[in-house]
Amino acid sequence: MGATHLPSTEFDGTELDDQLEAQAEAALGVPSTEMVQLLGPDGTLGTDSVFSEYAERLDAEKLRGFYADMAAIRRFDQEATALQRQGQLALWVPLTGQEAAQIGSGRASQPQDYIFPTYREHGVALTRNVDLAELLKQFRGVSNGGWNPKDTNFHLYTLVLAAQTPHAVGYAMGIQRDQRLAAAQGVEGAQGVGGPAEPKAAVMVYFGDGASSEGDVHESMVFASSYNAPVVFFCQNNHWAISVPTAVQTRIPLSNRAKGYGFPGIRVDGNDVVAVHAVTEWALEHARQGNGPVLIEAFTYRVGAHTTADDPTKYRESSEEALWREKDPLDRLEKYLRAEGMADDAFFAQVDADGAELAAYIRKSTYESDAPDIRTAFANTYVEAHPLVAEELAWFEEYSAGFAGGDEGEGADR
Amino acid sequence: MTTMTIAKAINEGLRATLSNTPKSLLMGEDIGPLGGVYRVTDGLIGEFGADRVVDTPLAESGIIGTAIGLALRGYLPVAEIQFDGFVFPGFNQITTQLAKMHSRSNGNLTVPVVIRIPYGGGIGSIEHHSESPEALFAHTPGLRIITPSNPHDAYWMIQQAVNCQDPVIFFEPKRRYWLKGEVDTESAGPAEDPFKAHVVREGTDATVVVYGPLVPVALAAANAAAEDGRSIEVIDLRSISPIDFDAIETSVKKTGRLVVAHEAPTFGGIGGEIAARISERAFHSLEAPVIRVGGFHMPYPVAKVEEDYLPDIDRILEALDRAFAY
Repeated sequence: MGATHLPSTEFDGTELDDQLEAQAEAALGVPSTEMVQLLGPDGTLGTDSVFSEYAERLDAEKLRGFYADMAAIRRFDQEATALQRQGQLALWVPLTGQEAAQIGSGRASQPQDYIFPTYREHGVALTRNVDLAELLKQFRGVSNGGWNPKDTNFHLYTLVLAAQTPHAVGYAMGIQRDQRLAAAQGVEGAQGVGGPAEPKAAVMVYFGDGASSEGDVHESMVFASSYNAPVVFFCQNNHWAISVPTAVQTRIPLSNRAKGYGFPGIRVDGNDVVAVHAVTEWALEHARQGNGPVLIEAFTYRVGAHTTADDPTKYRESSEEALWREKDPLDRLEKYLRAEGMADDAFFAQVDADGAELAAYIRKSTYESDAPDIRTAFANTYVEAHPLVAEELAWFEEYSAGFAGGDEGEGADR
Repeated sequence: MTTMTIAKAINEGLRATLSNTPKSLLMGEDIGPLGGVYRVTDGLIGEFGADRVVDTPLAESGIIGTAIGLALRGYLPVAEIQFDGFVFPGFNQITTQLAKMHSRSNGNLTVPVVIRIPYGGGIGSIEHHSESPEALFAHTPGLRIITPSNPHDAYWMIQQAVNCQDPVIFFEPKRRYWLKGEVDTESAGPAEDPFKAHVVREGTDATVVVYGPLVPVALAAANAAAEDGRSIEVIDLRSISPIDFDAIETSVKKTGRLVVAHEAPTFGGIGGEIAARISERAFHSLEAPVIRVGGFHMPYPVAKVEEDYLPDIDRILEALDRAFAY
């Protein structure tokens, strides 16, 4: 890469923090490694021989947009957690701490790219214009994904860890075939049978440090490498797979694994939205141009619990959480925006007001989100007519009809 | 009409699919220059190229998982699993992802993947090469499972599987790969609907339901029974999910007796499902309980004793004797 890389232990530059960081690293058992960082925790912008040019393309409006996105998704996360506590959701999967990794990478994607999330990628969903109220339906138990992936090129959440990674590679293999078919028809760079104006596409798939141990990640990287598929593997190393630290998943930085498959691997400061955006933009373009897969490891931290059913006090020190709060992705961008005169109090007040509005919308949508009719499940099990489903549905209709008549009906007491 | 083996019929069916359906492609281990370990894809890479006949890395979950991704991008992948016993590394992708994608997307997404699996025993092979795991998949809503027993069905059913918008597991009776028969490549004729059972021998005294590799065994048993004056109707199920219960019910209401045979273990198998459904549908027509013939509740045994494990003519005749004893 030839980039200027910072050891991950040099986040803040202060001796005390260095020591704490080193202790944390030692405790995790993961050796520190070179990591791309542009916007440090103190809000100053560093340089990188490869990625600075990507950062330079970001004007004040884009940077303010990143901040607004991160603030919105954090507010959303708080609201969803509150809704779970109220019993409106069965479970919630908080993302706090990972806003930069998700907004930075999601904003680097283009509309024609296709994204496969795991289940914590609420920030990426925001960047793909998924209605955030739809995200909550899965956790409310009224849908397994309320949005149509074809509308946003943002796939449904996948709960079986890493199962979506081979889907991403297969999708990327499809893009390759589309491009070759188009080339054979003399339509440079087109998707499928699309017109010449259609841009090249890539696929990005999200998974975590825990899921990196799944066999599907290995198989996916083998397939991606064998076929040079246009796919970016975006691993958010948030340091904890529920209660198990990254050290149990790996003895080397996860980004180093890419070497074994024969494609580039980059560790980026996952709390630095500028660096994440730069690295992801580079990686997606690398893939779109036919140069094959890239693994990005976003080095970040799950500040909250794994889910609302989790209790991190049982397996980690609160001092570790405090250490990472010092590296907060929003704080550092706010410092930079203020120092550079790119945003003022009025901007941040507006962000807060927008957040309150979003929260109100999420609350209202959730309260109004009702259970579907089970007939839709009968209808969607198969595409084509199926005699067993038809027979069971007919039985269900007859059985249900037996309860008709409300309070006066014979079945009312059952 | 052309005479060919089942293996050749599938090969010709795949050739027709690749010719007629531009978005179809084959993928699997050793299916390229080698033509598959059973040569079912022989010659296809030369005709259609490596983009459409894809030799994959040796990883079944990766094969099924990437096939799902290709389907999401609008392709029609036909994935080959080399042997029945090797489907299990891909079992997660099949049952948690492929089978559920249409449902969990509220009908927005379709994944028309076909998975070809040579299955069944009787070839004297080593372990994991002779199994019949169809019930594990039949128990999974969202999948369709079909299996041909003759070359004409094989030629048409593989093409019908590709054209089906639902995921289809296509079980190939490997010990019948070299069974020859007439194939009408111009018209599917009675094979028009792959999910309908066929009465392959008419009879009046008892019905034997079989599929895939046991169809010739059941026909031979019916011939033997005829010498004893028993008229046996044989039904080739063809589709294991869904099952054409109407066809079985019609037959049983005529004959009054039903034997179901498959190589897979009897316990928890397809035979039990048929027995239960037919007992409900045709209780008053049954002269005897539905009798099942199948593998024992043990891992598929070593090849030198597989003849004691596999249902054969005598096992089916013994079951018929029991049915007639009521």
